[in-house]
Amino acid sequence: MFKYLFAKNEDIPAGSAAVFFGFSSIIWFIIGTGLGSFNAAKLAFPDFVTGSYMFAFGHMRQVHVMAVIFGWISMAFAMAFMYITPALGNTKLWSEKLGVWTCFNWNAGLSVALCLMWAGVTSGREYTDFPWPIDLIILFAVLLPLGINVWMTIVHRKTQGIYTTNWFFGSAVFMLMIVVLVGNLPEYFSLTGLTEAYLTWWHAHNILGLWITPVAAAIAYYTVPKITGNPLYSHRIGHLHFWSVVVFYSTPGAHHLMSSPLPEWLKSFASVEGVLILVPAIAFVSNLLLTMTGKWHYFVDNIEIRFTISGVMLAIPLNMQGGFQQTRAINWYVHGTGWIVAHAHLALLGFSTFLEAAAVYYGLQTILRRKLYSLALANFHFWFLLIGFATYWISITIAGLIQGAAKIYEVPYIDVVIAEHPYMIARWVGGTMVFTGNVVWLYNMWMTARAGTPVPVGRLPHEIAYER
Amino acid sequence: MAFREYKIGTRMFGIALGGSMMITLYMPSLSIYSVGVTETGLVKGLSYGHNSGFSYEDPFLQGKGKPLTVTVKKDPVTGDDIDPVSAYVYKAGTPFPSAIRNPNILGKAVQALSAEDGQVGEAVESDGAVFLVSRGDYEGETFPYIENVTATRKWTADAVLTAAADTDKHHVGSGKTMFIREGCWWCHTLLPEQTQDWQYFGLPPRLGDFNGEAPTAFGSDRKAPDLLHVGSRNSSKEWMMMHFFNPRLVQPHSIMPRFDYLWGEVDANDNDIDFDQWRTDYKEYAAGNSIYPPVVPNYAPNSEIRYLMDFVLSLK
Repeated sequence: MFKYLFAKNEDIPAGSAAVFFGFSSIIWFIIGTGLGSFNAAKLAFPDFVTGSYMFAFGHMRQVHVMAVIFGWISMAFAMAFMYITPALGNTKLWSEKLGVWTCFNWNAGLSVALCLMWAGVTSGREYTDFPWPIDLIILFAVLLPLGINVWMTIVHRKTQGIYTTNWFFGSAVFMLMIVVLVGNLPEYFSLTGLTEAYLTWWHAHNILGLWITPVAAAIAYYTVPKITGNPLYSHRIGHLHFWSVVVFYSTPGAHHLMSSPLPEWLKSFASVEGVLILVPAIAFVSNLLLTMTGKWHYFVDNIEIRFTISGVMLAIPLNMQGGFQQTRAINWYVHGTGWIVAHAHLALLGFSTFLEAAAVYYGLQTILRRKLYSLALANFHFWFLLIGFATYWISITIAGLIQGAAKIYEVPYIDVVIAEHPYMIARWVGGTMVFTGNVVWLYNMWMTARAGTPVPVGRLPHEIAYER
Repeated sequence: MAFREYKIGTRMFGIALGGSMMITLYMPSLSIYSVGVTETGLVKGLSYGHNSGFSYEDPFLQGKGKPLTVTVKKDPVTGDDIDPVSAYVYKAGTPFPSAIRNPNILGKAVQALSAEDGQVGEAVESDGAVFLVSRGDYEGETFPYIENVTATRKWTADAVLTAAADTDKHHVGSGKTMFIREGCWWCHTLLPEQTQDWQYFGLPPRLGDFNGEAPTAFGSDRKAPDLLHVGSRNSSKEWMMMHFFNPRLVQPHSIMPRFDYLWGEVDANDNDIDFDQWRTDYKEYAAGNSIYPPVVPNYAPNSEIRYLMDFVLSLK
């Protein structure tokens, strides 16, 4: 990678930035899930590793969250930008060199930021824990160059129209920049009180709503038609999805603070808009599942489609929860419990991770022109991810319902802790399975780059998955 | 980009996102801006200082540049006994809180009273100042306001600190920083919920309880009891000390981490704390081989655990 930082743009092989982003994202996924597993162990066994602030839960919890969001998920997105955007415009990436620099800045910046946060340098605001100078560095050294590359690639496309995926890519990176810029206003200008609390959750909600959800969905809009060979079921529904994301998903930030003393009109408004999130959700899921018509065998025998469609299907419970758990009637019961933690993992580890994993699998094979090293290991990865995630999700959902019941019946808190203990162990087992699967994945992709069977010119990797 | 559709699309995108920002940013800011601060909000703002998260004064969150909350029992100027009051002491150079820097966050009445009766405009950061929360009348109603007693009663920061005993000085501001740095708020919320919690965790906060506090650290994931009123439920320093050093000493089923490392190197008598020996003894106790647990060392007066305990006990 370092040799390309100062090479001429023409001398950098096409797809280099995507490959670097792809492998970076897998490594961050291992780091993030490893930390998650370690944290989960501490929740089950509080004396697991103790006596130093380095290994205190309160110092590591946010490092896990930020490593998976800005290391794994966002870098996998960047990888998708680097190869899908030019592919859909029938052109090359606008600047491969800028892409490589973005990748370098991102890895370096995130490493520094996470080490500082681990040591306790934090703004104390969830999901925007990095102190504001680091947020500004991320904004101008990472997101801006990433955006410029995507926008310029779209502008220089050789196709007439712009495909759905690229609307999402181009607008999501722009919206993310706005969200990061505005979400950190309390830190630049020392805003306090409810303003600070509200902007914290406005930012947290919109990171999910205007960045992670739409980009993950956009990846599925590419991988499913590309691999199955079916055209997208409906571009109209794609339009509906896109515009309803912009209009509905950007507004319910306040539903994260339903039991706080925010203005009542704001909470009611956010709650109604929160239910309307079902519009883009249903549009997306139905569009993708109908695109699969006649090609459902791919769900069984193709690893990328299996990942993608699993992710799409996990979007169904995700949005059913998301749409309704924030209404006052249900939020009353589940707010602040493990139910919400399970929901967040359903969004990030379930829905979005499965879509991104497909993009990384597919992208690395097509760019490197090498067939997957081992389909068996890929299957192992898939099942460890799915079973590990399901174990986690189910156990923490149950734990959350216990917490909710204890909350409204005013059970002494320590009884909740005792009742949750078995589920905390299950959560740790599930998280460790995900971590194990990812280590295997890194090995598999590394061996694909080193020793995978070359894909002949004119063929696509998934076509020859079962050929020797 | 020559397509006419994309020009229309781009404009529609601007309108859609702009409309959303208008409703979710501009309109709430008007609503929140008009909220007057409560007495709780004034106390919090003054006792926590400028910013409890990352700041220039305290980039590594060690509790630097924060005010002291001092229980004043004697008038520091005359030496006469007075009814105890909580004074918020900003030594020379300590950054003033938002309530002093931007008094427009206090609401009209409190801002006017603080400026006219409280003389907060005369406070100078480089000289330090002492503030009280007093009560006054504004247009026929009683409001709390900030009184700059350095101006109104000539109480200087140094005089107040000299007159007070060490046990009357509470490092609440530095403790809030510890609360943020150690991630207490990842499990303990500071937000009793409006729909329940009334009996168990006490009164949910009101609209004006936060003006001037940053970060608010409500917490989102309650894995442990809410702490907004913990000082009213349990004000025992001895219990807190044991609980922070090793929560299993007082609550065998607790999953809280040990915060023994906040004690630092030495105890209250300047003797080295032998953590290894303590753990060995504790293991013996936990295994049932000894009847009493090892004694938790008394913390040094400038230890981080003192800051944190002062903060937790201040949550009434």
